[in-house]
Amino acid sequence: MKLHEAEARELLRRAGLPVPDGEVATTPAAARATAERLFADGAAQVVIKAQVLVGGRGKAGGVKLAANADEAEKTAVQILALTIKDLPVRRVLVAPAADIVREIYLSALIDRSSRGILLMASAAGGMEIEEVAAKDPGAIIREIAHPHAGLLPFQARRLGLRIGARGELLKQFVAIATGLVRVARESDADLVEVNPLAVVPAPELPGGERLVCLDAKVTIDDSALERHPELEAWRDEDSEDPIDREAREMGIAYIRLDGSIGCMVNGAGLAMTTLDLVTRAGGTPANFLDIGGGARADKVAAAMRIILADKGVKAILVNIFGGITRGDEVARGLIEARGQQERTVPMVVRIVGTNAREAADLLTAGGFATASSLDEAAEKAVALAAGGAA
Amino acid sequence: MSILVGPQTRLVVQGLTGREGAFHAAQMAAYGTTIVAGVTPGRGGERALDDRVPMFDTVVDAVRETGANTSCIFVPAAGAGDAIAEAAEAGIKVIFCITEGIPVHDMVGALAIVRAHGAQLIGPNCPGATSPGAIGSGTKIGIIPASIHLPGDVGVVSRSGTLTYEAVQSMTDAGIGQSTCLGIGGDPIIGTTFREALELFAADTATRAIVLIGEIGGSAEEEAAAWAAVHLKHLPRVAFIAGRAAPEGRRMGHAGAIVSGASGRAADKIAALEAAGFKVAGSPTELPRLLAEAGYTKA
Repeated sequence: MKLHEAEARELLRRAGLPVPDGEVATTPAAARATAERLFADGAAQVVIKAQVLVGGRGKAGGVKLAANADEAEKTAVQILALTIKDLPVRRVLVAPAADIVREIYLSALIDRSSRGILLMASAAGGMEIEEVAAKDPGAIIREIAHPHAGLLPFQARRLGLRIGARGELLKQFVAIATGLVRVARESDADLVEVNPLAVVPAPELPGGERLVCLDAKVTIDDSALERHPELEAWRDEDSEDPIDREAREMGIAYIRLDGSIGCMVNGAGLAMTTLDLVTRAGGTPANFLDIGGGARADKVAAAMRIILADKGVKAILVNIFGGITRGDEVARGLIEARGQQERTVPMVVRIVGTNAREAADLLTAGGFATASSLDEAAEKAVALAAGGAA
Repeated sequence: MSILVGPQTRLVVQGLTGREGAFHAAQMAAYGTTIVAGVTPGRGGERALDDRVPMFDTVVDAVRETGANTSCIFVPAAGAGDAIAEAAEAGIKVIFCITEGIPVHDMVGALAIVRAHGAQLIGPNCPGATSPGAIGSGTKIGIIPASIHLPGDVGVVSRSGTLTYEAVQSMTDAGIGQSTCLGIGGDPIIGTTFREALELFAADTATRAIVLIGEIGGSAEEEAAAWAAVHLKHLPRVAFIAGRAAPEGRRMGHAGAIVSGASGRAADKIAALEAAGFKVAGSPTELPRLLAEAGYTKA
């Protein structure tokens, strides 16, 4: 689950990391009030940032500066009226604009290859790290955190020194880098990214500079949300389609695509393969849907509702290889679903593996079109979607 | 012969008294797997599986009393990382974790403990492994249906569950048997990678061909291909990659199956495997034909 920038900043602030002042506003008036307070506290300019869970906010006009409270209010009116990549902007973050000396990139993420927590730092902050990796891979400095103790201070120092931090700045960098790993571990985040980690003037300090976390991106491991009700409460249900929510709550992995053939499969690998074979047979899949292992009849019926909610679906392909899932349970679910559904579309069902014979009896009695091999099932579904017979 | 599981296996099932644990332990025993113990905290001293298997409170008790050398974990996700660490600490050398949905940070910690004890973890979120034999004399650990197997000499390694069944069934239907079928799991952090599985198969004299079933996400297939190009030249090898039609940036069910930016794409994996001498199938049903084209002949 991705967190909005405002919540990601809040998580870092609670961990004691330097995050600039700022507040979320849902109305232009509230944005103005925050801006007035920030100007009174000495801000020269404020920045108003759309809180939507997509990249490219700046290019879409979702991030703007304002020099006084009037301008802040006007800008908030504009940004709150935007829709960025299909997502309506409902909230803006109002924060003092920073006087940036230079920008650093820093992140902590779960790394498949080292099978640990990887820290990445680069002196080329502000840029997307993928861009840095493509242009100048040597500019990215890496450390693997200790699996039980987190990032140790000497590791953080090694990172900081290699991106040119010295003296007071190095001390701050060590606190921030170890803090990011602490946040990742305590909040079960698979990504905590600060970009930019900005160097800003600080005349009161010995080196005359300090570090602040200007923008933050945090993704929480979905498998761990159950033990973080405080983070689950931050879920942005506005940006979640109601059908996606029903699928999530039923424990069904569902991704809507643009095609005409609805797919219901058990197991993620087989579900992907089913999409591949539908595509190869000349059809277009309407969705990825994995009912998971051991699904009972009620889950199958819910999956059918979810598939049919997509009006673009012209035919349905059910592909089940029973292992932990019992074929007759799925067949019963299909029969149950057919009794409840509001519209009917042609369907081809393939059930093999555990209790396949019992399933076949139920399907034949119910008058379902069936297929024995996966390739055959995909071809039949493509024919059905085109208006032909199975 | 076989890899990881076989006649030498003395299995302890962690979570044997749960719904899945009990069902699959019975299936494993029926296939011929030697189950010597079960572990469920608080159930020590009882007996399970029709009174045939003693239960223990801890894995270390089970190892001491029964000589268990392999574990299969059906513990719910919240406690599964801990169960893995407990097995490794108790001296179990081959640990299968079937559980899906383990928080990834739990796996970082558990895997470090597994490595410190020199154990081999398979999974999590994996279907297990089977070294086929006649019913009653094979060894099967996990949840793979026994009916799909045929004893033979092709090693199968896969990131998926049901897709593996599909592929293995097509081999069995064509009369091509398996030395060991190994599901390594669909999570981002797993104990045994494709490359490590290939190393095990390369050292197994009974394995005469390789089937690798990968999917989008990460770069484990590419790393395995690079290794195979150097070390597996002597074996016919075929592969299938799921997710050619997957859109970018969306997680396709498996926590590990995501295409992000330029990495993890099916096309790149297929290219890497082909460059390493694998024949890559467009459908799992093509695997038997491609095995023959790669030079494999039934023993």
